[in-house]
Amino acid sequence: MQQNEEHVVIIGNGIAGITLAQRLRARTASPVTIISDEAANHFSRPALMYVYMGHMRYQDIVPYPESYWQEKQISLIHDRVVSIDFENRTLNLRQGQPVKYSKLVLAVGSSAVYYNWPGQNYKGVQSLITLQDLELMQQQTIGLKEAVIVGGGLIGIEMAEMLQSKGIAVTVVVRESLYWRSNLPTAEASLVTEHIQNCGIKLLLSSELKEITGDEKGNVTGIRLTDGREVRCQFVGIATGVKPNTAFLEQSDIETDKGILINHYFETSIPDVYAIGDCAQFKEPAPGEPALEQLWYTGRQHAETLAETLTGKRKRYERGPWFNSAKFLNMEYQTYGFVPRAWDEQQYDSLYWQHSTACKAIRILYEQQTGQLKGINLLGIRYRHDLCHTWLQQKYTIHQVMQELKAANFDPEFAKRYEPALLEQYYFKFPDHSIEKKETTWWKLRKLIPSISKTTENC
Amino acid sequence: MTKPNKLYLYFRSAGYTILVIGLLCLMVTSLLFHSISPQLWGLSGIALVTLGSLMVIVPDRLQQHVAHQNNELWQNNATSRGTWAWLLGVVLTGFYVLLYWFPETLQGLILAVEPLSQLLRNKPSDQWFLYGLFYTLAVIIMGVYALLKYRNSRYHLIRTASVIFFQLGFAFILPGLLLAFNQREYYFSYFWPLKYDYLFPGTVSYLVDNGAALGVFMVFWGAVFSFLATPVLTYFYGKRWYCSWVCGCGGLAETAGDPYRHLSDKSKKAWQWEVAIIYPVLGFIIITTGLLWLNSYMGGSLLGRFSSGFSRSYGFFIGSLFSGVVGVGFYPLMGNRVWCRYGCPMAAYLGLLQKHLSRFRITTNGGQCISCGNCSTYCEMGIDVRWYAQQGEPIIRASCVGCGICAHVCPRGVLKLENGPTEGRYQGTTLIQRDDLKILN
Repeated sequence: MQQNEEHVVIIGNGIAGITLAQRLRARTASPVTIISDEAANHFSRPALMYVYMGHMRYQDIVPYPESYWQEKQISLIHDRVVSIDFENRTLNLRQGQPVKYSKLVLAVGSSAVYYNWPGQNYKGVQSLITLQDLELMQQQTIGLKEAVIVGGGLIGIEMAEMLQSKGIAVTVVVRESLYWRSNLPTAEASLVTEHIQNCGIKLLLSSELKEITGDEKGNVTGIRLTDGREVRCQFVGIATGVKPNTAFLEQSDIETDKGILINHYFETSIPDVYAIGDCAQFKEPAPGEPALEQLWYTGRQHAETLAETLTGKRKRYERGPWFNSAKFLNMEYQTYGFVPRAWDEQQYDSLYWQHSTACKAIRILYEQQTGQLKGINLLGIRYRHDLCHTWLQQKYTIHQVMQELKAANFDPEFAKRYEPALLEQYYFKFPDHSIEKKETTWWKLRKLIPSISKTTENC
Repeated sequence: MTKPNKLYLYFRSAGYTILVIGLLCLMVTSLLFHSISPQLWGLSGIALVTLGSLMVIVPDRLQQHVAHQNNELWQNNATSRGTWAWLLGVVLTGFYVLLYWFPETLQGLILAVEPLSQLLRNKPSDQWFLYGLFYTLAVIIMGVYALLKYRNSRYHLIRTASVIFFQLGFAFILPGLLLAFNQREYYFSYFWPLKYDYLFPGTVSYLVDNGAALGVFMVFWGAVFSFLATPVLTYFYGKRWYCSWVCGCGGLAETAGDPYRHLSDKSKKAWQWEVAIIYPVLGFIIITTGLLWLNSYMGGSLLGRFSSGFSRSYGFFIGSLFSGVVGVGFYPLMGNRVWCRYGCPMAAYLGLLQKHLSRFRITTNGGQCISCGNCSTYCEMGIDVRWYAQQGEPIIRASCVGCGICAHVCPRGVLKLENGPTEGRYQGTTLIQRDDLKILN
C-alpha cells in the first residue's frame, strides 16, 4: 500500500461510488469518504422492487453492513452536498461541517426524465429510482384499483410487476410498436411483448402520453394519449428513461452536457475532479460505444478503472465486451456483445432460434464476411458470462463458437437443452461446416482461459 | 396477485371452511374420545384437513404467477414472525411436548388411526405411528405446495417428488410393512450418525442375531451407506443428494418448511453457534459409538451401566428436544432448517465431506450479480450467498444443503448448482475485482 494523505471524497453511494471506495481501499490506506443524501448505507437499487413486493425487507437489500465500512475504514456521511467550492476543494453540506477533499469523484447517478406533460405534478404521479421513490410508491398505491405506467423499458416492467403484486390492474403505455423495441430486434421484442401480455399486464403499443388528468384535490384520475384515448387510473408511473443528475452543478464551472463531461480517464474539466457511473458522459466515446453508460455493471467497471488511476497508475477506460441482463417477470434476458435493434443485412447475419411455445430464444449475431461473432441475445436461457466474454474478446467466428456452444449453457440441472435446435439452424446455413463430435465441457475450456483470479479459500 | 378469479376465491373459502371443520373434528376426537367414535371423528378430521388444505393451496399457488410466488412473505403476519407465526409455533411446539412427554393426552388421536396402523403394520397404533402419519401427510400436502410454487423449474419438481417419495416410501410405508411381517422397524433412508444407534453394538448384534438374512442386510446397508455410499455420493453430488433429496427432516423442511425459509438467521453470530454445536454433536456420537464398541469387546467392563443410559439422555436432548420441539416447532420463527443447521450430526459429517472432498459447488455467473439479496434471504441455512456472488466467487460451504432455491430466486440467473473438477474449485471469475476480506474466520 502506498502512503499518501490524499483524501478521496466520493459523492454518491450507488454501485459506482462504493465499488470505487472498495477498490481504493484494496490499494491504499489513505482516507476515503462517501457522502450520500439518499441513504446512510449502500443498498442494491435493482432490488427496490422486491422490498415493495414483500420478498425482502429493506435491510435485506443492503449488501454490506455498517461494520464492513468501519472495518475498511471508509467514512460514510449521510448528508446532501449543496454546493462545491472547486477552488478551495471544499464541499458544503446541508447539515454537517464542510468537507475538504484532495480528489473528488462524482458518482451522483441519474433521475427520471419527465417530458413536461400537462398534469405531471398531480399526486400519484411518480418515477422509481431512489429509496424515497420506493417509500412514496408504497404510500401512494395502497388499495388502488388501476395504474398506468408510461414507458416500455426495464424500469417500466419492474413497476408493472410491483403493482401487479398488489392486485392492481396495470396498463403500460409503450411508444414503440413492441415492448423494449428500442433495444431488441423485432423477434425478441415480440416474444417479450407477448410474455408480458400473457402475464396479465395490458400494453398500449405505439402510444404516447399527451396529458395526465386529475381532480380538484390534485389527485391523478387518468391519462390521455396523443390519439385521444383515455385510461382511468389512480397512479401513473413514469419510466421514460433517466438523465444524469447535473442540476446541482449548474452554478459551477464544470463542463456538462447531458451528463458531466469526462475523458477516457474519467477526468472532468476541473483538475482532480472525476465522474463515474450514470452521471458521467464521455466527451468522445469510443467507436460503437455510447456516450452515456447507465448500467449497474458499467458503473462498477468505471469504478474499477478509476481506482487504478487514483492510486498512481493512470489507466484508460476500456470496457471490453458489453453485457447486460434483466428480467421481464419470470423471463430472464441476457445479452453479450453487440446485438442492435436492427442491422444491415448485407453486413451481419444471425442464427435465431425460438421455442415454439415457451418463452425462450437464442440469437447469435455475426459478421457476414468474416463470420466473426458480434453478439448474443438470450431470452429464458442462461449462458456462461466468462465463456461468452472470451469468445467476444478473442474475436471468435461463428464456426468456433458453435464448436464450444454446449459448454456455454448455464441453465439449471435437468433443464431442457436447446443447443441441438440451434445447431440445426447452423447446419442449414453452413452445410459444409461440421461440429466435432467430441464433447467440450466448460471445465476443459476454463483451463484455457487466461485466468488471473487467485484462488481464495473461504469459510 | 393478479386479478383473482371469483371461482378461485369461492373455492378457497370453501377450503378454509373444510380445514377449520377438520381441525375441530380432531379436537373433538382428542378431548371426547370416550364418548364418541374416535375413528369416525378422527379419520374424518384428517380427511377434511387434507382436503381443505389442498383446496386452499392449489388455487392459491396456481392463481399466482411464478414470478409472484414470494409476494408479501415479509409483509404477511404468518410468515414474518407475527402473531399468527407465534401461534403456530406454540401449537407445533405444544404438539411435540405432548408427543414426547405426555403421549396419553393424544390417546383419542392414536385410537383414531388404529385401522390405518392395523392395515399397514398389522400392529396396534401408538403415538409414533400417529406422528409418522401426520409427518408424512405434511410432507405430501406441502409437497403439493412446493411443486406448484416451483412449477417452472424441472430441478425443483424432480427434487420435491424425490423427498415426497422417500418420506412416503422409505420412512413410512416400508418400516410399517417390516413390522407387519414381524421384522424390526428399520428406516432405509436414515443412517449413522443421524440414526446413531443403527451402528451401536446393541442394535447390530440384535439385528444379526434376530433378523436372519434381512437383519444382516440391514446392518450391511447401514454400514455401507454410512462409510462408503455417503462419501462417494457426496464426492460426486455434494451434500444435497441426502439433505435435499432423501432425508425426511430435509423433506419436511423443503415442503412444510418452505414458507419459512427466509427466517433463518444470516448473522455471523448464528454461524458461530452453528459450528459450536454441530461439530461437537458429531464428535460426541463418534466417540460414543467407538466407546460402545470397545466396551462390547471388553465384555461390558469399560462402561458398565452407562451405555444404556446414553441412548436415553442423548435421545432426550438431541432426538426429542432439538430435532422435534425446536427443529420443527420453531419453523415459523427461526426458519425451516434449525435442526439441520445447528444439530444434525449427519449434516456435520456430510458438510465436512462437501467442503473438503466434493465436486459440488454453486457457480456464480461472471460479473452478473446485482447484489439484490434474494439468494441470501431465501437461503434456509443462513448462508450469505450474496457475499460470494457479488464478488464472482463460487459458493462452497459445509452447511449448504444444495436445495437450489438461491439459484431459483436469483432475478438474473447468476447461480448454478453444479459438479465439476475439484481442481480450481474455488476459482472465481476474472470479470470482477474482489475483496480478500473473509466473512468467516
